[in-house]
Amino acid sequence: MKTLNTGREGGYNCVVCIKQVPDTKKVSGDAMKADGTINRAALPAIFNPEDKNALEAALSVKERYGGTVTAIAMGLPAACEILREALMCGADRAYLVTDRKAAGSDTLATSYILSCAVKRFKPDLVFCGRQAIDGDTAQTGPQIAEKIDFAAVTYLEKIDMEGDYAIVTRDIGTGVETDKVKLPALFTVTEKFGELRPLNVRRVMKYKNADLKPAAEFEAGDTSAAAIGQLSCDDIGAVPERCGFAGSPTNVAKIVSVVLAGGDYKEVEPTDEGVKALVDELVADHTIG
Amino acid sequence: MEIDRTKGEVWVFAEQEDGVLSDVPRELLGKGRELADTLGVKLAAVLMGAGVEPLSKELFEAGADKVHLVDDPALKVFRSKAYRHAFVELIKECGPQIVIFGATHMGRDLAPAVASQLGCGLTADCTELQIGEFTDKRGACQGAEPKVVPGVLQQIRPAFGGNIIATIVNPYNWPQMATVREGVMKPLERMPGRTGELVKHDSKLDGVEIPVEVLEIVRRHSSINLKGSRIIVAGGAGVGSKENFKLLHDLADALGGAVGGSRAAVDLGYCEHERQIGQTGVTVRPALFISCGISGAVQHLAGMQDSAKIIAINTDKDAPVFKIAHYGIVGDLNVVIPKMIKAIKG
Repeated sequence: MKTLNTGREGGYNCVVCIKQVPDTKKVSGDAMKADGTINRAALPAIFNPEDKNALEAALSVKERYGGTVTAIAMGLPAACEILREALMCGADRAYLVTDRKAAGSDTLATSYILSCAVKRFKPDLVFCGRQAIDGDTAQTGPQIAEKIDFAAVTYLEKIDMEGDYAIVTRDIGTGVETDKVKLPALFTVTEKFGELRPLNVRRVMKYKNADLKPAAEFEAGDTSAAAIGQLSCDDIGAVPERCGFAGSPTNVAKIVSVVLAGGDYKEVEPTDEGVKALVDELVADHTIG
Repeated sequence: MEIDRTKGEVWVFAEQEDGVLSDVPRELLGKGRELADTLGVKLAAVLMGAGVEPLSKELFEAGADKVHLVDDPALKVFRSKAYRHAFVELIKECGPQIVIFGATHMGRDLAPAVASQLGCGLTADCTELQIGEFTDKRGACQGAEPKVVPGVLQQIRPAFGGNIIATIVNPYNWPQMATVREGVMKPLERMPGRTGELVKHDSKLDGVEIPVEVLEIVRRHSSINLKGSRIIVAGGAGVGSKENFKLLHDLADALGGAVGGSRAAVDLGYCEHERQIGQTGVTVRPALFISCGISGAVQHLAGMQDSAKIIAINTDKDAPVFKIAHYGIVGDLNVVIPKMIKAIKG
């Protein structure tokens, strides 16, 4: 297929939603509390892997067609770390939605809050990682799109722009699909899109100390300053009854920690008896047979 | 609105591509049958597409009492907004109490959009579903009696990279929705000749602008169906030779499973490229994954670590694969696999 590279005057305003997540690959015994819940503080916090691919998608659109890239995260002030990283890689601005009212949000409430934040920036294109490694739900992206009535395209692998349309390739599981998508649109991006570009040394120097500043104050002043705009639920017009616990229809009824996690597997002897006991166990729990 | 849970149907989304049902709807109907029988309500399949009415026969034979058919040229290929719109209208019209989708690319696109529009809860990637009561203790700290809600869908799923198993409920928002992992639920035996009630619905898509045009679909055709397998036996460089790989096929045959390989096994010519599991191959999450002679590079683990149960067989006790295994056997696969086959056949 020919490469489309036509873009449009003024480029595209892109918003990327990113999340700081506990590194679930590093869950060990210390990270599990006695009641079976996770001690998030005991885990390193990282930039959600597929959100990096989403940021790369936005930066590549800006690079090829012009426009802006705004990174948004929701969470505690510690999440500024990934927003700084986004700025260092090339995002023009970064914002953190941080508010006690958002605590306990499930995907429905999270997507509502983020949809309010996204709307504030009137984007043409929104990019989200396909899913975050702490929940693996892949729900927030499609739900934001529904709430702001954007075209929703999941599992993005490639994007080209053509005026008010995006020509995209997406993975549909049983193959690959090419779509023509009318803007505005939201995309969820997978690792197949390609790795996030490296940090830019000059930007590292500029943004290494970027810290929170109320969004209104930041925007009224020098917007090229090294700062991260801080937004509350009120600032983005998110009503309290749709945020946090109040806005979350799902309840966690029970949590059981997987005892075998983190390398703590059940050892099976390579003997007739050992192997037979294993097979019997798998038959008993209907895994096989 | 007080929900009358005794009447609402249990629905499963019968996804189809090119007029063909995958195994997923059959699996969902297997579980759906159990849920509907427990609740004493009807089990219905939701079938959407263009010219797909003949598929309803297969759905009845797989356990559906009813098929809700929405047939419209605009639904020929999956497009999120068109399917979402038609699905939401159908839910509003019929009032099911439970709606389950496969956690496929299509299901994981459609289900969140439907839940978002309806403002109801959705649990992703469940590995088990059951009906039970939910004790709501939220008022208890103010001295109120805990509230017991009967007949709630308990949505069970691994979370946090598989380190916890969570039971999620959404007892107050209707309908209760979940996506279910592929290959985890058991389909019923096909019941030839079984029929049911076919209900045709209008898509209500007139005047709805769909912002996506599908230009081209290239399907990956493969006779090797790793994704659809409940059980996968996979080998790596440690298998040692193409001949030894036959042992893996024997084990897979004994279990009714499929054979996969790591990138190293493919590069060494031990197995075909279509069998490659990992970041650059297929991603699988079967009920059981038996890893043989695979050290466990991150790129490989990414393609299989969501498997419900993982058995690792490796001579190196420090191989990274043991970090994600549920069962570990430190030993020679040429010794261990024949013992497994014997235990299974015995």
